[in-house]
Amino acid sequence: MLKLSNVNVALNRQNILNNISFELARGQIGCFLGPSGCGKTTLLRTIAGFEKASKGEVELHGKLVTHTSVEQRKIGMVFQDFALFPHLNVQDNIAFGLQKMSAKQRQARVQELLELTNLSARARHYPHQLSGGQQQRVALARALAPKPDILLLDEPFSSIDSELREQLAHKIRNILKAENVTAILVTHDQLEAFAMADEIGVLDNGQLQQWDSAYQLYHCPSNRFVADFIGEGRFIKGFIDSNISVKTGLGQLRGHQDFSGLLHTNVNVLIRPDDIIHNDRSPLQAKVLRKHFRGANFLYLLEISSGEQILCYAPSHHNHKIGEHIGIQLEVAHIIVFPYQN
Amino acid sequence: MALAATNQSNAKSARFSGSALFALLIGAMLATPVVTVGLYALSPNTEVWQHLKDTVLSDYLKNSLILACSVGLGSTIIGTSTAWLTTLYQFPGQRLLPWLLLLPLAMPAYIIAFTYSGLLESTGPLHHQLRNITGWQYGDYWFPEIRSMGGAIAMLTLVLYPYVFLLARASSLEQSICALDVGRTLGLSAWQRFTRIALPMARPSIVAGTSLVIMETLSDYGTVQYFGISTFTTGIFRTWFGLGDAAAAANLSAMLLLFVFIFLGLEKYSRRQRGYQSTSQRHQRIQPLPLRGHKAWLASSLCFTPFILGFAIPVLQLAVWAIQARAHINHAFLQLCWNSFWLAGVSAILAVSIAAVLIFQQRRAQLLKKPSRNLSAFSLRVAGIGYAIPGTVIAIGVIIPAGLFDNAFNNHYEQFTGQRYGLLLGGSFALLIFAYLVRFMAVSLQSVEAGFSKIKTSLDDAARSLGLNQWQTLKQIHLPLLKSTLLTALLIVFVDVLKELPATLVMRPFNFNTLAVRAFELASDERLSDAALPAIAIILTGLIPVLLLSRNIAHRMDNHA
Repeated sequence: MLKLSNVNVALNRQNILNNISFELARGQIGCFLGPSGCGKTTLLRTIAGFEKASKGEVELHGKLVTHTSVEQRKIGMVFQDFALFPHLNVQDNIAFGLQKMSAKQRQARVQELLELTNLSARARHYPHQLSGGQQQRVALARALAPKPDILLLDEPFSSIDSELREQLAHKIRNILKAENVTAILVTHDQLEAFAMADEIGVLDNGQLQQWDSAYQLYHCPSNRFVADFIGEGRFIKGFIDSNISVKTGLGQLRGHQDFSGLLHTNVNVLIRPDDIIHNDRSPLQAKVLRKHFRGANFLYLLEISSGEQILCYAPSHHNHKIGEHIGIQLEVAHIIVFPYQN
Repeated sequence: MALAATNQSNAKSARFSGSALFALLIGAMLATPVVTVGLYALSPNTEVWQHLKDTVLSDYLKNSLILACSVGLGSTIIGTSTAWLTTLYQFPGQRLLPWLLLLPLAMPAYIIAFTYSGLLESTGPLHHQLRNITGWQYGDYWFPEIRSMGGAIAMLTLVLYPYVFLLARASSLEQSICALDVGRTLGLSAWQRFTRIALPMARPSIVAGTSLVIMETLSDYGTVQYFGISTFTTGIFRTWFGLGDAAAAANLSAMLLLFVFIFLGLEKYSRRQRGYQSTSQRHQRIQPLPLRGHKAWLASSLCFTPFILGFAIPVLQLAVWAIQARAHINHAFLQLCWNSFWLAGVSAILAVSIAAVLIFQQRRAQLLKKPSRNLSAFSLRVAGIGYAIPGTVIAIGVIIPAGLFDNAFNNHYEQFTGQRYGLLLGGSFALLIFAYLVRFMAVSLQSVEAGFSKIKTSLDDAARSLGLNQWQTLKQIHLPLLKSTLLTALLIVFVDVLKELPATLVMRPFNFNTLAVRAFELASDERLSDAALPAIAIILTGLIPVLLLSRNIAHRMDNHA
């Protein structure tokens, strides 16, 4: 459906993106995730055609579109500031891209989208009379109206109150799935990405670090940057003592992976908070260094006997004091190791 | 493969796109007059020029400079003090004054000049009353002579101070309030806050306003001609029509241009400085301090004086004259109005449409990162070069190349047909309108550019992503959103053309009169009450953009609050 091969983009003679390649299947929702300045918005604008690839190919719907102008590309785009036309009301904004349709078809399509986005009551309102969330849905409906080959969303939630974001993300995901549209969004917020996307590309420094599902990114990061950027965790020192196990300050960890390539070397092992389970009766003890109250649970920063630090979630009623030793137990399903680095 | 792709994309966007060439062509045409005058400054001097240098040039120089500096100083004092008082204090009339003080902007200097001449002449109403009250006879008492350098300074100051007022007030409204509060906490008195905080902070704005005033003063022809003061502008006229030497007139123009460019540079520089003023992100509504007792009345009378002298009195006098002359509202007068209005209307529509197309192209080139975007940007600057150049200078710069063109055209015409065609450009409406475009294109470019810059570029991107081409985007997105901006720009150019005197005087087609020309001619013939009708018509039309301007400012203030 969407395929990028070895795309390079330069702005003002400076390379912004290097060698980007990935594929997204029809009806899937993709996401570019990365810190600010990583090039994710530029990548989105390249797919849209606003920026030109200096090298490589963009293929959309089986056609090469690398040199096709934005107007001809059949893309839909939701802009960060929504870019609603302030002089048009909701239904005219939505109808804006439907100028080639007959009046009757156009009206039917607008009606359909108003219902889908739950905006029927606002059809004659002007953008300035709408809340941020409503404006966002108008922008979405306007982009979806011409049935684009692909929908692109640039930081769609950045101007929405943070409490509403997750709820909206699910709403929008449902709308996209109802329209069966292929879509890509850009965000720096991984929870947003997890809530919306089927496939996520983590970008850093103009490079695509990993293109995978959220689950894979979290549990099988392909490099240290992804491991660090996605989720929480701490690295501890380890030694690969067999093809399937690693010795650490927490004891020997056994998994299903094959470590033969790193056999008998030192490694860094990523310990996620969900790898550690708090159990008051466990003989394995760790000292509480810091704690964050998060409502339903506490996030504890613990020091283990080797002097290294790990994170652990505990139910909220397990309220331990700083300096206290508490029992923990391991439940490491995915062992993530990287060659040793201090 | 990759290499081929790169070449292909480069070939698609040629360095000179059609739109960039169009912009360049317009820019080059509009710059012709200035370039012509500039070239004359380099050309060998004529006998007449030598004669001028030996006799009157020093007078022109001295008078122009005295006039410009005095009007600049006077406007700065009036403009700054009224801006300060109306912004920071509460006193009777304080809410009304911000727009009352702008009204003199609608008053052309030559009109206020002949109005006061009539009002203050020894047979006029003021002297009549004075003699009635005191029992003095003519010649018994001293009274200042209005037709003098002092009079010209007073007249020009009264109608030009609003430029300083406008910019000083905007700057003190927008910038220095937090700083002034800091001043209060540090124990500074009101006077210290003014001199040590507000004035230094507003200085770039005040300098910009004063430069505008000085440029307008240097451009003035009507007032100094009416008062018989020899300055550059009157000198250019005399050299050209009296001595018949266009080259010497162009040399004089080049000298005047030099002074204008100095102040233009100063103004541009100051405006750039203004950008660095804003240290605080907080725009707080100013709470004006109430003044009580005699202080309040003093502030009130200080602020009302420029309005009364610069607008109320002359408009009243003109109204009295106009009522006396109401029998003259006849077919000829209506014809005069129609002449002025269509000329101003056509010029305004052309100026604003050209500006809109040029700026739209420039925006498009920036957005698409076309290689030609620097060329378009350069053309825009060139197109606005006529800004602040005196109408007399523009007339010279337009007529000389037009004459050369007519000559060349007739020589060719004669070769083919055996007879001469006559003037093609000279004395035509087209040439006059072209001169207006040269003079006022910058005004129109500025307003249109400001309007465009308020439209987020993401709207252009959104329109593109929905499949619209550039002209559809212009028609469906930009024009509807720019409606009020374009209307305002139209109005401003319209009124500027309506008021324009010297270029119209020189370049109008034979037997064609406008309101401004007629008012000036009648006044020069001392038929003051007859001159009042066209004068009033000009002022009333001129009030519309001034009122719009003051409404916009009030609106902006509310948004900041």
